Amino acid sequence: MGQFLNLPPIASDQGPGVNGLVSYIHWLMISLFIGWLIYFIYTLYRFRASRQPKADYQGVRNHASSYLEVVVAGIEACLLLFVALPLWARAVEKFPTEKESTVLQVMGQQFAWNARYSGLDGVFGKQDMNRVKADNTFGVDPADPAGNDDIQVLNEMHVPVNKPVIAYISSRDVIHSFKVLAMRAAQDAIPGMRIPMWFKPNRIGKFQVFCAQLCGSGHASMAQGLIVVESQEDYDKWIASKSPKK
Amino acid sequence: MQATSHAAHPAARQDTHHEAPGFWRSYVFSIDHKVIGIQYGLTALCFLLFGFFLMLMMRWQIAHPGEAIPLLGSFLQGLLGDVAANGIISPELYNSFGAMHGTIMVFLAIVPLAVGAYGNYLVPLQIGANDMAFPKLNMMSYQIYFLGGIIMFVSFFIPGGAAQSGWTSYPPLSMSVPTDGQTFWLIGMVFLITSSLLGSVNIITTVIQLRAPGLTWMRLPFFVWAQFTASFLLLLAFPPLEAAGVMQLMDKVAGTSFFLPTGLAVGGNLANISGGGSPLLWQHLFWFLAHPEVYVLILPAMGIISEIIANNTRKPLWGYKSLVYGALGIGFVSFLVWAHHMYLTGMGTHIATFFQTTTMIISIPSVIILTCLLMSLWGGSIRFNTPMLFALAFLPMFGIGGLTGLPLGFSVADIHLHDTYYVIGHFHYVVAPGTIFALFAGIYFWFPKLTGRYMNEYWGKIHFWTSLIFMNFVFMPMFVQGFSGMLRRMSDGAVQYSDLKVEGVTGALSSTVIGLNNFILWGAVGLGLAQIPFIINLFWSISHGEEAESDNPWNATTLDWQTPTPPPHGNFVTPPSVYRGPYEYSVPGTGRDFIPQDEPPAAR
Repeated sequence: MGQFLNLPPIASDQGPGVNGLVSYIHWLMISLFIGWLIYFIYTLYRFRASRQPKADYQGVRNHASSYLEVVVAGIEACLLLFVALPLWARAVEKFPTEKESTVLQVMGQQFAWNARYSGLDGVFGKQDMNRVKADNTFGVDPADPAGNDDIQVLNEMHVPVNKPVIAYISSRDVIHSFKVLAMRAAQDAIPGMRIPMWFKPNRIGKFQVFCAQLCGSGHASMAQGLIVVESQEDYDKWIASKSPKK
Repeated sequence: MQATSHAAHPAARQDTHHEAPGFWRSYVFSIDHKVIGIQYGLTALCFLLFGFFLMLMMRWQIAHPGEAIPLLGSFLQGLLGDVAANGIISPELYNSFGAMHGTIMVFLAIVPLAVGAYGNYLVPLQIGANDMAFPKLNMMSYQIYFLGGIIMFVSFFIPGGAAQSGWTSYPPLSMSVPTDGQTFWLIGMVFLITSSLLGSVNIITTVIQLRAPGLTWMRLPFFVWAQFTASFLLLLAFPPLEAAGVMQLMDKVAGTSFFLPTGLAVGGNLANISGGGSPLLWQHLFWFLAHPEVYVLILPAMGIISEIIANNTRKPLWGYKSLVYGALGIGFVSFLVWAHHMYLTGMGTHIATFFQTTTMIISIPSVIILTCLLMSLWGGSIRFNTPMLFALAFLPMFGIGGLTGLPLGFSVADIHLHDTYYVIGHFHYVVAPGTIFALFAGIYFWFPKLTGRYMNEYWGKIHFWTSLIFMNFVFMPMFVQGFSGMLRRMSDGAVQYSDLKVEGVTGALSSTVIGLNNFILWGAVGLGLAQIPFIINLFWSISHGEEAESDNPWNATTLDWQTPTPPPHGNFVTPPSVYRGPYEYSVPGTGRDFIPQDEPPAAR
């Protein structure tokens, strides 16, 4: 599916669902449009004034179009009930547990992505938005020992393959949108809110993160965001290399 | 003012009963709905052209990032200073142009044309009224609109330039951009909203109160129904945005925090604000207007199309009642779909289910209206004049625009398509080859009523075919870009996301996709050139066009054609009475193929 629309490659478990829905709807749209167009052109040809000098007061006498409308509404209802709603429920409500997932906090700023990992202890240090400063993007409370081994990175976010990723998306200045095209995952980053999203990467590689919401004069240049999906060993090595030395 | 050339006729030919008012009273401070309609029309056409030029410069910047604009570059630098240094559009200026292109096209061009110009000019004529119910309010609504336009326009020339946060003006970005352009934008919006409110109250009252004897609701031309519904949308949807505009203005100038949350740190340090507000509140208030607004853009267009199709197929519209109930249904449901613009703001399943369902529901009356118009063609005797060509092209073009709204209405598909060029393609198909084609069709169609002369058919057809081709050159590639994930509002045409920049990154954009920008640019240039015949034709035909044979050259049935040409002050020679429905074309057993609404039934 999705090939006839030339949709870009996917690298997550929910990718095929999104592609499928987009494709189904386009089949519906294209067949409707072509049907209409054939009728339209034929009608213009058949009922042009030179061929049909006198119009028919009544016009169409059957109700074929009403049946068509019912069919279209029926297909839309089916797509909504059986495809779109379950997929959306999976995307925004059926979260995996944090234990079985890679958890990171993502904070957008003009014009880069910050990400924070809980480090080797698996516990995030306490945060308070009133502590946010130029050098403390996440407003981390320095008094909390759990925060000592937390890892903070800019733009390049590593995650292990075949393990769900839960990302808490926020922003410290204006609205951004964290969009990982290949994962078919997107979430607006809204100041004052911390919204979770999840996806499960299923292949190794580097994946482009887009900022999908106008965020100022540097919006177009906010293109350094990368999700690096790697094997568990490589990921563990990376985490160790970023962790503070004992 | 340009309006003089048009409006000269009513004063010259008529007004024999009382003293002719002077120049100022006739053309500038007129309370005649027709003069006000023409004022609206000409002002809005100027803004339409201006908005198009903004887009043209943006398309250059997108296709050739970092290169100076040919021909206009040094002029732009002289006019705007550093933001256009060396004739290159800076990202700040690009964002200004983007925000103002949207604002101007929606609030200063299309709505004033569709409702201000067409509504004002035609609604009283089509219902057999002397004028609008509140002529002075009508004048005031135009003047407030004009002032709002001036405020928007001058904001380009203040230090920092015009607003830069998109036509949606989402805070906190709109608060943090260092320009007073946003303040101008907000004040301008308050003016434009006020103007629309006054106009809509006027149209609603006029339709309810001033219909000619015998003109029952189900004998109203569909155009009047469309205007009536659109006016209700304006009346009910705009006040929330007016309130929101004032709230954002207070955030901007008075230090409140309606839309600003705690912990905001623009540029590093904590912003000095009280906090506690919500950026999402603005989005809700904005889209609560802006979605019904979409239907304000499209309903009058459908009204115009219906009139022209009935007239040029020489038969009644098929399913008149379905059209009317379809329009009312669209109007009602359009208040219940706004959050489908906000699926990615962290929406749970319950809310998303509600808004997806309403969005699917609103597609049904839209499909019904389009189907009725298509069915109306069957059995007709179709005349292919310029207005009819534009009206016919509206059908498939609006079809594309409407259909491409479907995937965007599903939250899951929106994960992929939200904020991509697919969205741009979608709504431009609705508004550009959709609404704007309808407005063109209307201009060609009613021109003989305004001036007593036709516009030139030959150049009209050239205008039509070139516009149709170039419109599709501009907007069709956007769907391809959208599928690939190319995002809107990129001042450099997304070259930063090019796969040439970083090797081996999945999801980056191919050079083919980015290369389409250049194709679109030349499509847009072609589209601009295609409007030159129209502009010349419009003004040349006022005095040189072929003279219309009669007051009703298209052999139309509705009351607007049963007036002297151009309609004098007070519109009708004798107050009309109505005896039948709006589209009695080709009635069996009659000699002529049309029976005007005000023609008394033959004596038995």
